Amino acid sequence: MVDAPATRRGAPVPRRRRAGGATSLLATGEPMLWLTGGGMLISVAMIVGLLALVAYQGLATFWPRPIVRVETLSGDVLMGEVTRRDAYEPGEQAFHGLPVELAPAVRAVVKAEGGWDRRRLVRTGNFELTGEHFRWVSDFEIAPGGERQPEWALLFERRAWGRFYGEPRRFLVDGEAVATEPAAVWARFEEHHAPVRRRWAERRALEIDDVGEINHRLEAARLAQRTAELRQGPESRAFREAEARFAATETEVDEEFARIRERIEELDRENARYAIAVETSAGTEQELSLADIVRAYPANQLGALERAGVYLSRWWEFLSADPREANSEGGVFPAIFGTVVMTLLMALTVLPFGVLAALYLREYAKAGLLTSAVRIAVNNLAGVPSIVFGVFGLGFFCYIVGGQIDQLFYAAKLPSPTFGTGGILWASLTLALLTLPVVIVATEEALAAVPGSMREGSYACGASKWQTIRRIVLPRAMPGIMTGMILAMARGAGEVAPLMLVGAVKLAPELPVDGIFPFLHAERSFMHLGFHIFDLGFQSQNSEAAKPMVYTTTLLLISIIAFLNLAAIALRTRLRRRFVAAQF
Amino acid sequence: MPDTRTKDTTELAGAAPARPAAPSMRPLESGRVASRPQRRLAAIQRGETPPCETHEEVLAERAELVLQGFGLYYGEVKALDSVTMAVPWGKVTALIGPSGCGKSTLVRSVNRINDLIDGVRYEGDILLEGRSIFDPKVDVIELRKRMGMIFQKPNPFPMSIYENVVYPLRIDGERNRARLDEACERALEGAALWDEAKDRLDQSALSLSGGQQQRLCIARALAGDPEVLLMDEPCSALDPIATGRIEELIESLKGRYTMLMVTHNMQQATRTSDYTAFMYLGRLVEYGPTWTIFSNPRLPETEDYVTGRFG
Repeated sequence: MVDAPATRRGAPVPRRRRAGGATSLLATGEPMLWLTGGGMLISVAMIVGLLALVAYQGLATFWPRPIVRVETLSGDVLMGEVTRRDAYEPGEQAFHGLPVELAPAVRAVVKAEGGWDRRRLVRTGNFELTGEHFRWVSDFEIAPGGERQPEWALLFERRAWGRFYGEPRRFLVDGEAVATEPAAVWARFEEHHAPVRRRWAERRALEIDDVGEINHRLEAARLAQRTAELRQGPESRAFREAEARFAATETEVDEEFARIRERIEELDRENARYAIAVETSAGTEQELSLADIVRAYPANQLGALERAGVYLSRWWEFLSADPREANSEGGVFPAIFGTVVMTLLMALTVLPFGVLAALYLREYAKAGLLTSAVRIAVNNLAGVPSIVFGVFGLGFFCYIVGGQIDQLFYAAKLPSPTFGTGGILWASLTLALLTLPVVIVATEEALAAVPGSMREGSYACGASKWQTIRRIVLPRAMPGIMTGMILAMARGAGEVAPLMLVGAVKLAPELPVDGIFPFLHAERSFMHLGFHIFDLGFQSQNSEAAKPMVYTTTLLLISIIAFLNLAAIALRTRLRRRFVAAQF
Repeated sequence: MPDTRTKDTTELAGAAPARPAAPSMRPLESGRVASRPQRRLAAIQRGETPPCETHEEVLAERAELVLQGFGLYYGEVKALDSVTMAVPWGKVTALIGPSGCGKSTLVRSVNRINDLIDGVRYEGDILLEGRSIFDPKVDVIELRKRMGMIFQKPNPFPMSIYENVVYPLRIDGERNRARLDEACERALEGAALWDEAKDRLDQSALSLSGGQQQRLCIARALAGDPEVLLMDEPCSALDPIATGRIEELIESLKGRYTMLMVTHNMQQATRTSDYTAFMYLGRLVEYGPTWTIFSNPRLPETEDYVTGRFG
């Protein structure tokens, strides 16, 4: 095959170069470097900025701050933690609270500052006495020398009513004061608090686990009776027997209930003996039962190490305990658990379906109008608002499929639904549907990237189509498929809107996985960190206290997603190592 | 810069208006005019199919594989036309010819790998030991198991050396470890790779060098115990030393396997093959013993090609 050189046909034409062509800006490529680099910088700045904000705010939430006591010019005394400060322009009504004789002078001072002043938000707690959790204090309000950090200011975190700030006055056992000096009272408190908390934990375990187990048994017997009634009719022998068994169970259970109740009362009685009397900054004395106190510390006496101790103990509570105070305090363990279980269930369902669909589209379907239409439809599915998936999940999974399942297998429980309402299974399936396009697209790309020479090599060895797919194509495409799963998990774990319709709840009484057969209760509603964030941020009565928790929960959710992704990436790296060619 | 280039092209075209945009399939219209009339090739270019010049020595051999007026279409494009040739048993038959003349297509038709391409149509027939491979009763999978194929670029599978070699047995469902081990060793010995690979059978096949990978692919083809070895430019991606080893290997396999080899390398064809077929634009032009084809071909067109006057 010969290309005749142009020289033979005529005089060679010298190729003319434009003057300065090689040194022009576009030729050197410098502007593109700056353009691409700048684009990357902006993206990184946005991502890092968001993560840094969440991390900074989230990590600071649990750090114990000093307690300040502030006296205002109008004679109010406040005590609490300063949560934030800002500068503002006080309006005229801001000065109305001041004593009449001082108001003009203060006004003049503020005016001299250009009409601006600084203020701080003090978390004062003691909600049952003051009716507020927080209060803004402007700097001009504070009396001269009216700000100090009392040595014995204590912070109490309680099971109900939020935080309490005050100074210890007396320690009471059976209503008698056994200590009156702050140091002695604190020593007594520390001595008795741990045993009281242990008894309280035992009581709670009885209430939840043991009573729960009994209720479960009773419910099972009731269902057996109802089933017999439905199947054999109320006149049948089977029904009579079930009725008798139910009655027997009921008596049995009543005895156990009584025993447990007795034990609970005993624990309560013992716990009720201990109380601490605390004086608030306003001078009111309040008795706090030790059993109601989750954690207490003298904030202004703590060294760095003790602060770190409080910080870690709060983190541990956050990660391991149940929420309290309408989710704004306590832990988020059920939400962590729900998120992880739901994400894993979703990944387990979306992966096989997505991979099978992509295999058919890429390997079996003939290229044509129909295949293209299906592919476009799948890609468009990714653009459907997630709430639409939620509505579909509610209508199809919960009401139609779940309703049918209830009719067939859980008729005894009707009219209260079992599968016929939102639950972790339906939520997982809804999210699997939502993330299906991601998996299909990624898998198709991965399949297409398998070199044709490998397929041909396999066919030439006499392998059938399925053998080639299973032994050559799928293993080779596995890292790409894993990438699809990672993307799907990241997308699914962060999704909130559809979950609100198909099973995520503010407070789930039971975890979806527990020790009662069949261990995974796919029909139960569950808590989810994403929904928890929404709930904290927008549904909480004490929104100021919930705000730092929003950051902390967000940080936790991001960490969990990052952890799940890292696990999947590690798996992918292991798979990929097999395909790296160490040529020569 | 793009505007400059456009200008240059226009001026060049103006300077040589007679020169057409040379398509790869029409080499003879290009500037270097052949020294003597190539009537046969010109006829082929016109779309005619002159009969193939087949030497009598070929017909005297026992034929393993016979093509009878075989033709192939990719959609509307005719890639092979009326190819009639007999591939002798136990010998190496080389296919030579300019790029795009259908050599690879021919080799790929023999084990029906071309079936995988959409829009492929056949005419004529191919007989393997007297039986048509296009007979509806023939199982394509079984057919391919009787033929090993080695491709241009080494294509080891992303698994261990061992698993690569025993792949043809694995897909037959062989689980017996001893039998697999034995087949693996025999195939690697056959492909002259055993000494280099025996200590690293568990390592990824992709950790081998290019030449080793190609010998691994040969071992894989041998492991299936084929009758025919199809080689599509087996050495084009290899350096001279690796090429030499593969050629030695082909030499050693003579007499046991019927080999059909595509090559662009004239020296390789003369060194390794017993018979050579010269193809042009999907037609077989001349087919005879390698020595005759290269030293004293019957057709001037063949001589021009093997001496490098065109192509």
